[in-house]
Amino acid sequence: MSEQKSQDWLDKPANQRKIRMSLYIACGILFLLDLIVKRKVYVAAEQLPGFYPIFGFVACVVLVLIAKEMRKLLMRGEDYYDVDR
Amino acid sequence: MWTAEIPAFLPLAIAAVLALVTRGWLRSAIMLLAPVLGGLHLLSVDPGVVVHIQILDLELTPYRVDRLSLIFGYLFHLGAFIAVLFALQVRDSMQHCAALLYVASAIGAVFAGDLLSLFVFWEVMGLSSAFLVWAGRGPGSAEAGIRYLLFQILSGVLLMAGALWHWVNTGDLSFNEIGLAGGASWLLFLAFGIKAGFPLLHNWITDGYPASTPTGTVFLCMFTTKAAVYALARGFPGAEPLVYIGMVMACFPIFYAVIENDLRRVLAYSMINQLGFMVCGIGVGTALALNGAVGHAFNDVLFKGLLMMSMGAVLYMTDRINGSDLGGLYKSMPKTTVLCMIGAASISAFPLFNGFVSKSMVMSALVNEGYHGVWLAMLFAAAGVFHHAGIKIPYFAFFHHDSGIRTQEAPLNMLLAMAVAAVLCIAIGSQPQLLYQLLPYDYDYSPYDVTHVLTQTQLLFFSALAFVWLNTRGMYPPELRSTNIDIEWLWRRLLPSAALRISSRLAAARDGLLELLSPALRPEFWANRKLLQLTLSRQWPTGSMVLWVAVFLAVMLFSGLFVKGA
Repeated sequence: MSEQKSQDWLDKPANQRKIRMSLYIACGILFLLDLIVKRKVYVAAEQLPGFYPIFGFVACVVLVLIAKEMRKLLMRGEDYYDVDR
Repeated sequence: MWTAEIPAFLPLAIAAVLALVTRGWLRSAIMLLAPVLGGLHLLSVDPGVVVHIQILDLELTPYRVDRLSLIFGYLFHLGAFIAVLFALQVRDSMQHCAALLYVASAIGAVFAGDLLSLFVFWEVMGLSSAFLVWAGRGPGSAEAGIRYLLFQILSGVLLMAGALWHWVNTGDLSFNEIGLAGGASWLLFLAFGIKAGFPLLHNWITDGYPASTPTGTVFLCMFTTKAAVYALARGFPGAEPLVYIGMVMACFPIFYAVIENDLRRVLAYSMINQLGFMVCGIGVGTALALNGAVGHAFNDVLFKGLLMMSMGAVLYMTDRINGSDLGGLYKSMPKTTVLCMIGAASISAFPLFNGFVSKSMVMSALVNEGYHGVWLAMLFAAAGVFHHAGIKIPYFAFFHHDSGIRTQEAPLNMLLAMAVAAVLCIAIGSQPQLLYQLLPYDYDYSPYDVTHVLTQTQLLFFSALAFVWLNTRGMYPPELRSTNIDIEWLWRRLLPSAALRISSRLAAARDGLLELLSPALRPEFWANRKLLQLTLSRQWPTGSMVLWVAVFLAVMLFSGLFVKGA
């Protein structure tokens, strides 16, 4: 990567950091909003402050971690079904 | 001449024939005009039009228009226009003809008023779409097409058996609400379920779709499963098993989608996940839930079509589709990148994009009817969608590390097709009334209130946060060249190896028996064993089999006539 220095805005680590920072800030604002705005509650679990942010984060981490474990069990070579039996 | 009684599938069926005999700009014009004219014609048709035909003493209803079939009719014309525009540069008569015939039969299926007419369209739909898989002509396309076709035929056979059984039971062939009671209804339920991608019956989607051409997959992803959603909504609204089947469909594919390398297969898994929301809504069965299911089917054709088109464009331009081979394409395909991201935002149900306005209906319906556990599972699935379809697809194709691939932007017609879908995604998302006025049941619903918008945005942003967190910590599973074992393992590995083992055991047993013979007789056996074979199995020309099948059918026919006459 380093020998062909790309001039693209997105390739610069500083800019990638900027994008990540703006996501962190947006998430922070959204979490704060949850404490300020009185949203409607339909299901008991929703009463937990920050339910949706916490659920979204945890759900995705769990999803990826389980999927990674599944790889140990399910992953085979690309030509798995092509091999003569 | 141009009356409401002209069946809606006719323009596309005629175009399918013309596509075989025309070439060049004339064929392009015919293929583009057919869905436009057909769609305009359909706009002038009001609910309530019914066409009956009489065959002997059997009255069939090949064409029946009501609000439920109309919205699918509009949708299929819209989808056909977009997919045809996307495929316009293809020079392959077989593909064009199969695609148009496929769309025509899907349109026929949603307007079929009785189960026999439905069966006919159902089968044409299955057969014509198999040609789109075969059109891939790549390594494995032929076998994948046959496996795909087996599922379609199985669905057709179940539909036929269920229809006849239902006819015997009720004396009625018309296709209305069937409800889950008795064997016939379960056969029909399974027939629709196969094409709707029920769990364990889903494999034809993830096996067949990625084997098709860059443009063929776009057609495939739009029609079969949506016709099945229509059939379920027509036949089994409020059938409770559907709630739980839909829940499983929404949840299990997202795990596979995270570790799958072929980005079109990721989309195929993601499609089963979206179908889960529709199936679940049909199971809940209230007006809100059914509207949500139908509306989501409408939106899915647009956003899944858009995502499939963007991946089709990538495959068309680079000849690569594995996440492990791609990356950094935004530099050479910036327009495709933007369009793909619109599709990604739509499928993830960001507010202002169309997925939001229909998925929230199903979610609200689940809460209203007290399915809180299912609701929680669907919320998990909704967060997961963003993860694998919303982020993974654009990220690994267009961003990630630079793969070094330099190509050009997709052809103009492909970009236009994607643009049409993208505009519709945003238009429906920001003006949901455009879609809501077409929905079949009367129910006032507004997705845009503070709670919905806030909670959905939170869910999605924190899902994105999880992705970034996992990625920066190096915990995100890398894209690897691999095959992941799914249910197909049963018939692609277990069954063949079991058959092989059995046949080698039989051979060993035969050799063991020969051992018992006196040594002098053994050469006698090998020399004369042909004599031992039965007359029919000595040679097996296909012709003799066909002849015997014909004889068998003739006997059945005559015995049927005599029984009826007696």
